[in-house]
Amino acid sequence: MSANEWPLWEVFIRSKQGLNHKHVGSLRAPDAEMALQNARDVYTRRSEGISIWVVQSSLISASDPTEADALFEPADTKIYRHPTFYDLPDGIEHM
Amino acid sequence: MEILTPEKLAEHFQAKIDADIKIEPNDWMPDNYRKTLIRQISQHAHSEIVGMLPEGNWITRAPSLRRKAVLLAKVQDEAGHGLYLYSATETLGISREETIDDLHEGRVKYSSIFNYPTLTWADMGAVGWLVDGAAIMNQVALCRTSYGPYARAMVKICKEESFHQRQGYEIMTILMNGTELQKAMAQDALNRFWWPALMMFGPSDAESKHTEQSMRWRIKRYTNDELRQSFVDATVPQAELIGLSIPDPKLKWNEERGHYDFGDIDWDEFWQVVGGNGPCNKERIEARVKAKEEGAWVRDAAMAFAEKRKLRQNQ
Repeated sequence: MSANEWPLWEVFIRSKQGLNHKHVGSLRAPDAEMALQNARDVYTRRSEGISIWVVQSSLISASDPTEADALFEPADTKIYRHPTFYDLPDGIEHM
Repeated sequence: MEILTPEKLAEHFQAKIDADIKIEPNDWMPDNYRKTLIRQISQHAHSEIVGMLPEGNWITRAPSLRRKAVLLAKVQDEAGHGLYLYSATETLGISREETIDDLHEGRVKYSSIFNYPTLTWADMGAVGWLVDGAAIMNQVALCRTSYGPYARAMVKICKEESFHQRQGYEIMTILMNGTELQKAMAQDALNRFWWPALMMFGPSDAESKHTEQSMRWRIKRYTNDELRQSFVDATVPQAELIGLSIPDPKLKWNEERGHYDFGDIDWDEFWQVVGGNGPCNKERIEARVKAKEEGAWVRDAAMAFAEKRKLRQNQ
């Protein structure tokens, strides 16, 4: 691998006003400005977006998939966080 | 925390696959699953990029501005598709540069179809209709492949490629409504591309050394022969509708099977082309190596510029 390999960037696109930016893929580019230009050419050729974020992949911290159980299991056991946990008398609406 | 043995990990992995849960980049996966994916996805990426060459050959000679704009858009799409697939390959822990060197140094193949020359304008029709048609047949099936980044790339590619086949078929339709010479040109293109298009699905199931394991891992969802049959069944009526004849005397509708029967594929030709002896193998790789070498200074200059600017900003 040459030392000159362009860094990897993750691309996020907002498809229209009111929606979140969503991860769509990645690309390589020497800097943020060119990453944005390349993202425009590669990921918005068919009006997929009105706004682009790029972030260098190496700057992203990710949770470890092998720890997923420990991380997310507590949420599964707290079903009282969901409205369906509660009993309501018949005839109650709009709650 | 429970320490998982390799056997247990493999068992969990297969259970996920069987439950149709996608595998993501940082998940544990067997070495051979990773290797198989690197081989398959990088071959797929190379096919997109090498596939730009036979069509690029006709951009400057497209017969109208409309056709030229369409062909440019199609070839640009192929570049994008190559990028999505190289990115998916990189998530498996191999660098972009290594992947490309594998192609240039002959360690990894690309679709053998691109080793055939595009001799006339009708070939742009045949390539779009048959080659993209066969690719779409394969790619639609791959949208449900077990590796997340590959499946996502496929969904995007399929969405974008639907126009590729249509523009090819439109070229053929217009030629078939033209003069006798134009009709003959369209038929000649079909004659040359029909069998190579059938070969795109790869060796028959009995000969395919990767199929069984790839099916178990749900990397592949249909076998080569199943996809080839679907392609023949879909394409024959399209040829008939515009008056083209499929160059296969054994082609016949089989009422009992509900499929077309078709003649034997010349597997010697297939293995010759895969082995590097097709009409354009040498030319294609030379073009890729030349592009990489002659573009190196541009990539280096862009990197140097970015570094210089970063330094200046930090001062």
